[in-house]
Amino acid sequence: MISDRIRQFFVLFFVIGFFIYLFGPLIIMGLTAFNTSAFPRVTPWECFTVEWFEVLANDKRLLEGLKNSFLIGFGVVCFAVPLGLAGALMLTQVKDRVRPWYYTVVISPILVPGVVLGISTLLFWDRVGLMFGASRDSIFYNGFFLTIVGQSTFIAAYTMLVFISRLQRFDPAQEEAALDLGATHVQSFRKVLLPFLKPAIASATVLAFLASFENYNTTVFTSIGTSVLTTVLASKVRYGIDPSISALAVSIVVLTIFGAAMHEVFKRREEAEAKQAELVAAGLQKKKKVQRQWFIDPAVIIILLVFIAGLGTAFFAGTMGVDECKVAVKEQKQAATKKRVEALQKRNRERKAAENAAAEAKRLERSQRTGTENFNTIFSNDNLKPQPGKKIDTPRTGTENFSGIFDSGNLQQQSGQEEEAPTGTENFQGIFSSDNLQQQSGQEQPKTEDANQ
Amino acid sequence: MSSYWQDYFKKNGLALGLFMLLAVLIWTLVMIILPQLYMMDFSFRANVPPPQWGSETHVYTLEHYRYLIYGNVNSTDAINYIDLGVFGRTILASIFVTLIDVCLCYPVAYYLAHVAKGGWGRLMVMSLIIPFWVNELLRAFAFKVMFGTGGVINDVLIALGILDQPYDFIRENTALYSGLVYAYILLMIFPIYNAVESLDKNQIEAARDMGSPWWRIHWRVVIPHAKPGITSGCTMVFMLTAGALAAPQILGGPSSLWFTQLVYKWFNNSANWARGSAYALVLLILCIVFVLLMMRFFKVKLGEIAK
Amino acid sequence: MSADVKLEDVWIRFGEFVAAREVNIHIQEGEFFSFLGPSGCGKTTLLRAVSGFLSPSEGKVLIGGNDMAGIGPNKRPTALIFQNLALFPLMKVWENIAFALEVKGVGKAERRKRADELLELIALPDQGDKMVNELSGGQKQRVAIARALAAEPDVLLLDEPLSALDLKLRQHMRTELREIQQRVGITFIYITHDQGEALTMSDHVAVMSQGVIEQVSDGNTIYNAPESSFVASFVGENNHFAGTVTHVDSDFVVVDTPSGSLRARNIKRDGQEQLQSGDEAMVFIRPESLQFCDNQSFDNTLNAMVERQEFEGNFWHVFLDVEGSSRTVSLSMVNDGSSVVHEVGTSAKIGCNAALAVALPAGSLAAE
Repeated sequence: MISDRIRQFFVLFFVIGFFIYLFGPLIIMGLTAFNTSAFPRVTPWECFTVEWFEVLANDKRLLEGLKNSFLIGFGVVCFAVPLGLAGALMLTQVKDRVRPWYYTVVISPILVPGVVLGISTLLFWDRVGLMFGASRDSIFYNGFFLTIVGQSTFIAAYTMLVFISRLQRFDPAQEEAALDLGATHVQSFRKVLLPFLKPAIASATVLAFLASFENYNTTVFTSIGTSVLTTVLASKVRYGIDPSISALAVSIVVLTIFGAAMHEVFKRREEAEAKQAELVAAGLQKKKKVQRQWFIDPAVIIILLVFIAGLGTAFFAGTMGVDECKVAVKEQKQAATKKRVEALQKRNRERKAAENAAAEAKRLERSQRTGTENFNTIFSNDNLKPQPGKKIDTPRTGTENFSGIFDSGNLQQQSGQEEEAPTGTENFQGIFSSDNLQQQSGQEQPKTEDANQ
Repeated sequence: MSSYWQDYFKKNGLALGLFMLLAVLIWTLVMIILPQLYMMDFSFRANVPPPQWGSETHVYTLEHYRYLIYGNVNSTDAINYIDLGVFGRTILASIFVTLIDVCLCYPVAYYLAHVAKGGWGRLMVMSLIIPFWVNELLRAFAFKVMFGTGGVINDVLIALGILDQPYDFIRENTALYSGLVYAYILLMIFPIYNAVESLDKNQIEAARDMGSPWWRIHWRVVIPHAKPGITSGCTMVFMLTAGALAAPQILGGPSSLWFTQLVYKWFNNSANWARGSAYALVLLILCIVFVLLMMRFFKVKLGEIAK
Repeated sequence: MSADVKLEDVWIRFGEFVAAREVNIHIQEGEFFSFLGPSGCGKTTLLRAVSGFLSPSEGKVLIGGNDMAGIGPNKRPTALIFQNLALFPLMKVWENIAFALEVKGVGKAERRKRADELLELIALPDQGDKMVNELSGGQKQRVAIARALAAEPDVLLLDEPLSALDLKLRQHMRTELREIQQRVGITFIYITHDQGEALTMSDHVAVMSQGVIEQVSDGNTIYNAPESSFVASFVGENNHFAGTVTHVDSDFVVVDTPSGSLRARNIKRDGQEQLQSGDEAMVFIRPESLQFCDNQSFDNTLNAMVERQEFEGNFWHVFLDVEGSSRTVSLSMVNDGSSVVHEVGTSAKIGCNAALAVALPAGSLAAE
């Protein structure tokens, strides 16, 4: 019994740990959106601010990407949902012998890596464009078109799964009943099957849109020159990060929680309705008007309150105190910086004195080693941060940004153009210039080595 | 065969029948099969400038696959250590990440399905959805914020006196692996949760009643029941990890490449689409082989995996 | 409007499996016709061929004299009531009923009016605005009928529509169905495996087994003069004794069985030879035709021992071990207040008159 208790305790501990692992990074990222520090961080906490949301709202490229992502998401919904529906309906029609093969084919896009889908879509439509002799600005080379097609390939499989699970509960006799009563096939589809599938269409639509919206692996290949939210985001994250990305994440998380709560409320209401209908049918209860007061659902109230409270605090804290706080932090930092600079100078002086003393006494080799050590300390973070002359209000940030570049951007540093066009726009267009192509075989090897060093 | 089509159109009517047929044909042929076949064909072609694609200079060659295995013609190494090394490391790391995910998710899934009760349990399951819908890039970004040299973890460790210098988690790939484990963890927990949840609680009670210790209950009753879920989770996590691009790009250290990054590189930086296709095809084959192995060893159907 | 239905040499095959074999039936205009048979005998398949959901592999389906080949279910003058009713759960009751009008493009006011009329007919006025799953089983049943009638079919097809109801309701609905049929006056084709339903409601019954029509007749004839061993054993309880025909005179035969010689009616069968001397035959005697001999004498007597008795209120059921038969023979008698004197374990003579025994060629029996 006691060992049982201990075990239960451990399991609980494990589960709590799991949830911390799951939400910790998101929460910390979320907090960084409200810190004035120009590098996304929570320690040290400087000042509470909402200015990063403003930065986000003024980021032209990001907004452009967001707009394009919306358009693409809309296109994917229009394309993938009917495809998935047709795929699911077809599954009920194909012969038993063919069904496993058919199923394997339509389900495979889920299992194929996204990059492979992106590449094959890109290549294939390029080939089709070539066949028709289409020009470079025709639809076959259009980032929107390619991305919609590429994403739909696997998103249609997602939506198909949604439809299949709903169709399993459909009684085919209903369609026959409609036909028998004189409906045409189209009428029976529209009046009987489609209303039944409505919830599935709704969730497939949401699923398709979200999947499209957050896809990166396929999009990075198919978007060509078009900047899409994920590609903009990727280049931002890789080449210098600032808390406006955290602000974006916070917005997404809030919307997600909101959506999930709405979904839950709807589901609960549906269940309640079904239950009541059962009771009524069993004659246990008279029919009541089904409650449609979702707005007094406790979950929704709590979420709304939290939402409003959060916004309120953010607004007040953001407008009232931020400037004073910033000044205070600036002064604090300047003082700290000054202190550190002094300390550093003092240390350097002492060290130099010591070195000089040692150099006299020791051999050349010995002194060289000391030199190296010195170098090491210079390049360590501590030393670099308080460089005087840098922007004083964010002394650490400057350094951090640099290290950020070297940490993340490492891979693509090999090609200089990457930095200016991180979305890969120019690269992709670059391929079509023959200049580029003639030289590349010579370049290949060193590049690989470079990347692997 | 013609009678089949007659029946088909009789059952669906002309308009709907045509719509379904057309949609399914476009999807399977134009969107799934043909692009893959064309990519395969393309990967066996010489790398010539786009205007020459399809012309006689666009000859068939094994050059790109040879490159993956033996490296550059001028190379002195016996094999292409660099690229093959990346390939091998990607597979091993993906397997490692998958195993970690199983170990993390199984206890939690069991807890959520059979121990946590009522509103709390439901809330916990629901809350799992939230990180799932946060963009893959943002999830990786969150880890970068955490693990960076000025990140929370370093600051906390320094404040606690465990470290006196920031530890470069990024360079040491700690960030990458934690990020990858995190990235697809929900694709592991949901299938396992669904499978474990469908287990009749009485079976566990019965086993306990017969004096079975807890670990044996899991080994003999719960895990066999959850097998399809575990297999499905493992397959999805492995494939997505092996095919991940965002997390390695953002969290990968300077000395570590992911195989997808090589593919990306051939396309974007080196403008060698043919070689990129060849590498992508190798990745695709890896995934197909992995799925087949999973189906074979765990005796599950494809439909069970892709739920 | 009403129409007759004619099946001419209809064969229905699914690959190797034959679901209907050379079916020839003429269902008269305005009658209540039942197909009776165990599940899997092909009766639903035949119904689907009439309604147009499948085409016969061979033969013709004629409704009102018109060949239905190539005409889809939505163009046929039939309406089908499905086994599970197949009401549309997302529509209100009146919308369900008016569906046939809706697809014809009838205006909403007109539809509502017609639906209300039909609700009146099925005795569910003022229930039109409910959702379907707020109704009870019997109410759903009636809505399904109203929905089918709204299409103004010439022929109404019913596929075991009462099977989901409980016993009381089922018995009530039998009467109601029959009444509705008489009121609207169209042809009803009814599918069931329940002989009680078939016998009580129908003008004619077709008994089916393994895709073959065994007998088509009115209920009385089916019960009292079955034409095959299958019909005799499927419709109602029956005891059977196998043996060889030794003697034939006028309408009777004598069959030599291990339990003794039994005299029985030689049934005239449609288009087939009657029993001849030397034929393998089966004698069927219904439990209620058997009696304890006591002091009376019968054409046929059997030596038996009482094995077990069951009391069912209005009936006593006695199960006996009959000499020469390995099967338990059952005997039913009306409970007239006098207690049964035959204790379990005692031997007794039982008998019946030849007019109540039926002799048929040996053949397959219905599964117990």
